[in-house]
Amino acid sequence: MTDASQNAGPMLAADGTPLKQSLARSLRRQKLRALLLVAPLLLFVMFSFIVPIASMLFRSVENGIVENTLPLTVQALSKWDEQSGELPEEDVYDAFVRDMVVAIDNKQHTRLGSRLNYEETGMSSMFRRSGRQLNKLDPETDGPFKDQLIEIHDGWGDPKTWAVIKTHSPAVTNGYFLNAVDMRRTPEGAQSQPEDKQILIKLFGRTLFMSLVITASCILLAYPVSYLLATLPMRVSNLLMILVLLPFWTSLLVRTSAWKVMLQQQGVINDTLVWLGLVADDARLIIINNQIGTIIAMTHILLPFMILPMYSVMQTIPPSYTRAAKSMGATNWTTFWRIYFPQSIPGIGAGSILVFILAIGYYITPEIVGGTKGVFISNRIAYHISSSLNWGLAAALGTILLAVVLLLYWVYDKIVGIDNVKLG
Amino acid sequence: MAALTPISRKPMSVVLPTVALAGAFAGMFVGAGNGSIPLGILGGAVLMTGLAWVFINVLKNEQMARWITILAFGIAGILLSGPMGGVLGLLGGWFFAWFIYWLYEGRYRQKLLPYLTAKQVFYHYLFRVICGAIFVFLITPILVVLPLSFNAQDFFTFTPEMLRLDPEGYSLKHYRDFFTNNEWQRSFKNSLIIAPIATVISVSLGTLAAIGLSQSHVPGRRAIMGILISPMIVPLIISATGMFFFYSDIGRFLEGTLGMNKNFVGYLKVILAHAVLGIPFVIITVTATLVGFDRSLTRAAANMGAGPVRTFFSIQMPLILPGVISGGLFAFITSFDEVVVVLFVGSASQKTLPWQMFTGLREQISPTILAVATILVVLSIGLLATVELLRRRSERLRGLSPA
Amino acid sequence: MKPTKTLLTAAALATAAGSLSAEEMTIVSWGGAYSNSQLKAYHEPYSEKTGVTILNDDSSAEAVAKLRAMNEAGNITWDVVDVVAADAIRLCDEGLAMEIDPDTMLAAAPDGTSAADDFGDLLVSDCFIPQIVYSTTFGYRTDMVGDTPPTDICAVFDLETYPGKRSLEKRPINNMEWALLCDGVAKDDVYSVLETPEGQDQALAKLGTIKDSVVWWSAGADTPQLLADGEVVMGSTYNGRLFSVIEEQKQPVAMLWDAQVFDLDGWIIPAGLSEERQKRALDYIMFATDTQRLADQAKYISYGPARASSAPLVGQHADLGIEMSPHMPTDPENAKNTFLYNYEFWADYRDDIDAKFQAWLAQ
Repeated sequence: MTDASQNAGPMLAADGTPLKQSLARSLRRQKLRALLLVAPLLLFVMFSFIVPIASMLFRSVENGIVENTLPLTVQALSKWDEQSGELPEEDVYDAFVRDMVVAIDNKQHTRLGSRLNYEETGMSSMFRRSGRQLNKLDPETDGPFKDQLIEIHDGWGDPKTWAVIKTHSPAVTNGYFLNAVDMRRTPEGAQSQPEDKQILIKLFGRTLFMSLVITASCILLAYPVSYLLATLPMRVSNLLMILVLLPFWTSLLVRTSAWKVMLQQQGVINDTLVWLGLVADDARLIIINNQIGTIIAMTHILLPFMILPMYSVMQTIPPSYTRAAKSMGATNWTTFWRIYFPQSIPGIGAGSILVFILAIGYYITPEIVGGTKGVFISNRIAYHISSSLNWGLAAALGTILLAVVLLLYWVYDKIVGIDNVKLG
Repeated sequence: MAALTPISRKPMSVVLPTVALAGAFAGMFVGAGNGSIPLGILGGAVLMTGLAWVFINVLKNEQMARWITILAFGIAGILLSGPMGGVLGLLGGWFFAWFIYWLYEGRYRQKLLPYLTAKQVFYHYLFRVICGAIFVFLITPILVVLPLSFNAQDFFTFTPEMLRLDPEGYSLKHYRDFFTNNEWQRSFKNSLIIAPIATVISVSLGTLAAIGLSQSHVPGRRAIMGILISPMIVPLIISATGMFFFYSDIGRFLEGTLGMNKNFVGYLKVILAHAVLGIPFVIITVTATLVGFDRSLTRAAANMGAGPVRTFFSIQMPLILPGVISGGLFAFITSFDEVVVVLFVGSASQKTLPWQMFTGLREQISPTILAVATILVVLSIGLLATVELLRRRSERLRGLSPA
Repeated sequence: MKPTKTLLTAAALATAAGSLSAEEMTIVSWGGAYSNSQLKAYHEPYSEKTGVTILNDDSSAEAVAKLRAMNEAGNITWDVVDVVAADAIRLCDEGLAMEIDPDTMLAAAPDGTSAADDFGDLLVSDCFIPQIVYSTTFGYRTDMVGDTPPTDICAVFDLETYPGKRSLEKRPINNMEWALLCDGVAKDDVYSVLETPEGQDQALAKLGTIKDSVVWWSAGADTPQLLADGEVVMGSTYNGRLFSVIEEQKQPVAMLWDAQVFDLDGWIIPAGLSEERQKRALDYIMFATDTQRLADQAKYISYGPARASSAPLVGQHADLGIEMSPHMPTDPENAKNTFLYNYEFWADYRDDIDAKFQAWLAQ
């Protein structure tokens, strides 16, 4: 073949162009067509998902509020040395009063107080309290302000307050990310949070650990069932499949509340156990509002996501292989472990990654059955989004979570390949 | 596997101890519930052994034996612990009558390969029992929801009346509420509008993209795949807030600048948001089907003069249809069961069923959501059964033997 | 094909919606029995009178977050929002709610008393139009407390006499006050103690003594469900919820009115509405907060009307036919020992204490 083409010079296509060129053109056209097919969806997802998410995540570093609300103060503070341990001069107080009068007019000072309160507890009440007195001052005539301010709230006489404002004045901050890993931004650089505020790393760890446990228990439960479904005759397995699909099609909220009914101390499981006499009435099992509750309920909810990919992989494993192994004298165990199991690994992989990714971002089920001990990092994100309104921290936590998931996705793609994920 | 294995009766030395063991196991629970575990174990074992012996050696009539056991156990159950006990007794009686004959006649070997050893037979059934337990785990929440939806009270609690099977404890009021309450009806309709349209969008765009991705030589394939799958990966609460700001802008543009109707824009926002969430499922399933797709078929079609569109609809589409359908189902369920994003992106006139359920759970304890769930479960059983029947029918028509 | 169908459906939707949206307003409230009482007492008569269609959005629980997001996005879809007073203060402080002039924007009482006088002290914020007085209080299972039903708030902290779980709201408000009251702080000093970090730690330490026995609730429906299940022996919730558990659902539950915390719930109008929508919202508010309407609402739910002039008009429950006055938190028999919620304190310290409380909870 190679000899022939070398001897005959450049090979020509039917229309007389050199074959190489013609092939390249057709390849280009093919690429273009493929891209055209992908383009509408890609644009749609980019535009309506990636961009909004990116802009949401951008909030994790965005911090214009201090500079926008207190422009003069920030400027005046830049000359002040926060390490000196001394109060700033009158010019800072003067600038602060001018800024605050404008901010109070625009009703922005309470938001700034809330923002700084994320960093230093007590700032919010200070801004709100002082706000009510400050708007009576006229910056032009009532100065000097240093003593007046300290009179209004002694917090203004504490260099720490001004240090906090100065530390958090840059428009782009790493403060939220530091908070997300239980650190904080201080004049002396990043430091770890006080002991009683260190919860987020623990929560990340717990989220990862519980997601792993959930994934593992899903594998344990899904494997025999998928095997059974894959080996039974189609007629029977399709009927049994309904049992898998039904819970899957039942609303998540309903399933979660059903688990609440089952798991609570006066719930179905405990009642049955007491009725059967296996558990004393005053020693009912505590299987809700803790990690066990979350694990049980989420294992149930995510189980179909494990069964379906496993089943579709196992269906393709030819039964003749195992028969051949057995006919050659392998024991049941050897046949399973050496022949069947390796072929079913892609199914396990696909199911695991799916379950793990879904589990790690779960929020509603842990909220309902998890109490305080069985909640995930997503619950914390939800709390910061809808209750404490600390969207910057929520975005930072979300970014970290997303990074973890993307890393997993990448590893998975390297090892198994995303093409091998099947959903039934 | 379908080969019939000849079966033979088993000797008493095997049957009686096994039955006794099972009886002891069941007796343990009855005993525990009534005060004394050892007595229960002993009683169960003796009772079952006696029954088995009598049935096999004296009665010799399976039908009669079965009815006697069922009735006797049912009555005993009622005497011991009321109607619920009665129900359990009936079930237990049915089980033991079946179990005794199943063992004695050797029926358990009937469907198995003839050369299996006793140990293998045991493992086979142990495996079945384990699988059965897992299926029970899967289905129990639904079994709990069904009766609770008939609760006469407004709580998610099995009342004493319900446990006594007293008709007083049951009512249809939550179903009435669902069918007469405006809020529920409106949200149900909204879900029926939003989910199908979102599904159609994600399926059509997703299938196209999956076909594009399955071609060889797509530049940046992994990156594209990653982007398309991202809606599944990003935690929902982040997606929801991100999309909220995006769709607010879009909504303002469409309403303000283009002067479109407010409600229409509202639906559009939710539909598009849900379509994005459904896309990863479509991409994954369709790509998976395309991996096994024989490319020579399209070439053959092209060879015979079919254009790309015709090739797609008459060759490729029918073959990847199962993948498309299952992707579509996932996308549909994603939208039909989605509550976080719609809470942020939607406004009151687009309230969907899950949203209504969510507020129902949070602000008012109303088993109406259980009634809705029951209705949906019945609908999906119906749907799944129909699909299965159709499949069997078409198999029969095509002359395929049922696998 | 499919796209055509989509377009058709969309077009149908657009036309169907087009005929409605002209006179439509979205009112945000809490959902459940409470929204239902508003529907009966306010929405239905208002719609009848004006022909405006009212859409109910049950998002009051997330009102602050959502209004802030809407404000930032410049797309406010709500017309009138029902919030608790503390949220109203917060929204007003941040400029997210419109300021109300009671004399021109609210109806005077039938006897001519001005709205400002009729509402009196209850106008706790410039943006807030009070609607009801409710209280957060405890209910307990009568069959689980033996022969000594609790009469004192400190029963909540007494695990020996009343073993079992109790449910408390997953936020510091009220819990901190009760903890201090039962830790020997005099009623008048509670807020001045709570102002200091030491006081906050003291309250958390007291709560810590029962932390393992607490089920934390976040939705109004939780405590009634927990009580009905016998899952908790006592739990805090809104008095209207308990009324419904006791009188409507006939559960073995009784009220512990001791140290009930009075609170207000009412309307705000979001800032930044278009002129036309603002006019309609104000028109609705004028209608829905007059003396008769407020009294009407009490027929459906056991919350006290916020106007002094409405109190004499409170009658019987619409379905049960029982006299409503004895079930109101303001009834003298129930209000023997009440605790006054300090709005200013919580507006100022909410962020501080909430951060502490949540961290404590997660430990």
